[in-house]
Amino acid sequence: MALKLHVESLSAWYGEKLAIQDITMDVEDHMVTAVIGPSGCGKSTLIRCLNRMHETIPKARVEGKVLLQGEDIYAASPVSVRRRIGMVFQKANPFPTMSIYDNVAAGLRLNGVRNRDELDKAVLESLKQAALWDEVKDSLDKSGASLSGGQQQRLCIARALAVKPEVLLMDEPCSALDPIATAKIEDLIFDLKKDFTLVVVTHNMQQAARVSETTAFMYLGKLIEVNNTRELFERPREALTESYITGRFG
Amino acid sequence: MKFPFNRDTRRRWIDLTMSIAAFVCVVIAIIPLGSILIEASIRGLQSLSPAVLTSTTGQGGIGNAIQGTLILILLSALVSLPVGILTGIYLAEFGKNRLGAAVRFFVEVMTQIPSMVVGIFVYSLVLELGLIGLGSPRLVFSTISGVLALSTIMVPFVARTSEEALRLVSIAVRESALALGIPRYRTILRVVVPSASSALVTGSLLGIARVAGETAPLLVTAFGNNDWFRGVDQPIESLPHTIYIWATGPYVAQNQAAWGVSLVLVLMMLGLSIASRVVIRLRSVSR
Amino acid sequence: MHFFRWTRGVGRGVSADTLGESLFRWFSTLVALGVVGVLVLIATLLFFEAEASIRVFGWSFLGGTVWNPQPPLLFGALPFVYGTLVTSALALLFGVPISLGIAIFLSELAPSWIRIPLTYVVELLAAVPSVVYGLWGIFVLAPVMRTSIEPFIQGIFGFLPIFQGTPIGLDKLSAGVILAIMIIPTISSVSREAFLAVPDSQREAALSLGATRWETTRLAVLRYARAGLFGAIILGLGRAVGETMAVTMTIGNKNVISVSLFDQGQTIASWIANNFTEAETPLELSAFIELGLVLMLMSLIINIFARLMVARVLRQGEGAA
Repeated sequence: MALKLHVESLSAWYGEKLAIQDITMDVEDHMVTAVIGPSGCGKSTLIRCLNRMHETIPKARVEGKVLLQGEDIYAASPVSVRRRIGMVFQKANPFPTMSIYDNVAAGLRLNGVRNRDELDKAVLESLKQAALWDEVKDSLDKSGASLSGGQQQRLCIARALAVKPEVLLMDEPCSALDPIATAKIEDLIFDLKKDFTLVVVTHNMQQAARVSETTAFMYLGKLIEVNNTRELFERPREALTESYITGRFG
Repeated sequence: MKFPFNRDTRRRWIDLTMSIAAFVCVVIAIIPLGSILIEASIRGLQSLSPAVLTSTTGQGGIGNAIQGTLILILLSALVSLPVGILTGIYLAEFGKNRLGAAVRFFVEVMTQIPSMVVGIFVYSLVLELGLIGLGSPRLVFSTISGVLALSTIMVPFVARTSEEALRLVSIAVRESALALGIPRYRTILRVVVPSASSALVTGSLLGIARVAGETAPLLVTAFGNNDWFRGVDQPIESLPHTIYIWATGPYVAQNQAAWGVSLVLVLMMLGLSIASRVVIRLRSVSR
Repeated sequence: MHFFRWTRGVGRGVSADTLGESLFRWFSTLVALGVVGVLVLIATLLFFEAEASIRVFGWSFLGGTVWNPQPPLLFGALPFVYGTLVTSALALLFGVPISLGIAIFLSELAPSWIRIPLTYVVELLAAVPSVVYGLWGIFVLAPVMRTSIEPFIQGIFGFLPIFQGTPIGLDKLSAGVILAIMIIPTISSVSREAFLAVPDSQREAALSLGATRWETTRLAVLRYARAGLFGAIILGLGRAVGETMAVTMTIGNKNVISVSLFDQGQTIASWIANNFTEAETPLELSAFIELGLVLMLMSLIINIFARLMVARVLRQGEGAA
């Protein structure tokens, strides 16, 4: 198994407040890694550090290393890092003034792709990968905001996929969705690991168990345990993990 | 996927260029401000002296202009603040219906009427009232009509800022008072208005600043007067009016003196502006 | 409210409170309606006073090019309307790009520690009285325009009809520059509000695609806020159209319609400010008031349009959120 991301002694602050503390973990290539934990445990902060989105918040600060295939992303330019490590957010955020097509093509255009055929191809492919093509193929020029919540989230996934990132980070991608839309996204996550490496933050343990190979459990800004998903849920090594997955807190 | 060669470098340059261009815009805007403050300080200080501050424009001083501006501001505030704040209370507390929305819309439109138009409105109003026996046509050029003009500008402004100030008072504060069984109007007067007091003061100061520098409406109402204040039925001098007359006059000495008057007026305006900030700061500290 | 009326005041004050409540409510409503009544009064009174002029000249008032206070009395507004439109257009031409640059810098690109002080400094531009801008225009800006900027422009673009004639510094171009400076705080602060209304999730969407800060602004912020920006620009236009003193002092005050920006001109507001109190006949006074009416209608239409735009944007924003 190949190593995709290596996180080493990573700490992050919001102003004076320490949000995550000294985290070290690995993310394997072509696998889904889930990050679970109660609200406020720092799981979102952690993945926002993985593509340098954390630092876009005023007064936010990061220490430590994140290696993407051996290169420290904090030594590269954030722009190139974010192109290689895409992100999908908790709340779907399509660009409301753009059509579905333009939403998906936005990232490619930023990178200078102007050729219409090339764009068409990439949009088609990304929408198919995001399992949205069949639902929107006749309305590509409608506004991205006209879709339902679940469709909007898949549009955002397609938009992120279009720039062909190596890693896709998902920050509670289903928290605002109904069960049917959630199931669709979960199926999608399962399919996507063929082509991408995924890190999914979720507060839903069943979801983590369903979609991931590896699960990391965080509590109060610390990484308590990271293990094979099955192992972690069936034989947790830490008492804290056990009490969380058996529902004694959180 | 292949991305065009050197694309990233180009993008970084564009990013940098646009950031610099945006910053240059800020600098361009600050240049006139800096130039005005510097020119007013340098040229103005030369023409200011205790004698200038205590004599009338007739004698080459500006004492009567300072006096006139203070009188105009004071009387306008006396008229406008109660009316404006009460209108603000109506908009914030009772204005959540169609009538309120319409009133809010028109009040906002009123804040945008050109001040010159307000001037000729008051001129016509006082003239017509005088012709039908209310007051006298002579009052067209008087302190009273100057105050009417400034108040017409100030009231809608104060109404809007007061509404915003009152809306900032949290629902929890209102509900806690209402839950004690205090009737609504007393809740508003005893709880909501005091909680918003510093924001109301800020709005009032900004309202005063809004009219303290007005010239256009005064040209056709307060008119101007080379002597000290003679009564509310007489024309009255004001700082902006003095600046206008002296700046456009033929004498170099007067042109020079206009900078001194400007310095006084600008310092007043900056003082009001800074005071309104300080009031906001005080409130946020006390919380 | 009914709840309190029932439960409260077993012994005292129920009727007094109810009375106080409705008195207070009615009184504040009455005052608010009175304020709106002033707007109605302004419109009707100006119309009433302008009626004589409207009756005599009709629509030809707007097209007339002469202002003749001696018999035969003839009053036309065209030179002033023209001057107002030209100077306002110049103000937008210079003011809009700078204001948008300021708003973008202050809300998107500037380091956070510098934002608040710079915002405050830009807002101070609005605290400088119009008449002081005018003074500065006469004694600082106009000499610079006359001796350097205008000859420089003429050296390059002198063949264009808009840059003909001897530069004098007190002309339509200078008035346009002064107006641009004066509308910058309006446009930049309303634009900044429009930018602040853009949800951060939009910026994050662009950033996570690998956009630079400027690309994020272009992709996520400017597009999202475009209707609000339009409203901001129109509000700036409203301010430019109604501005009086600074223009009066810098435009040169000449009742001509000329193409060259280096020529003097006159706006509606500057003409009223200069000559209103010297009206010689009732008909001339009425014509002046009709001018004021025209100015008010121009500014009202512009502002109502802008408010509706901004209101629509705010509703949209709530719908999207």
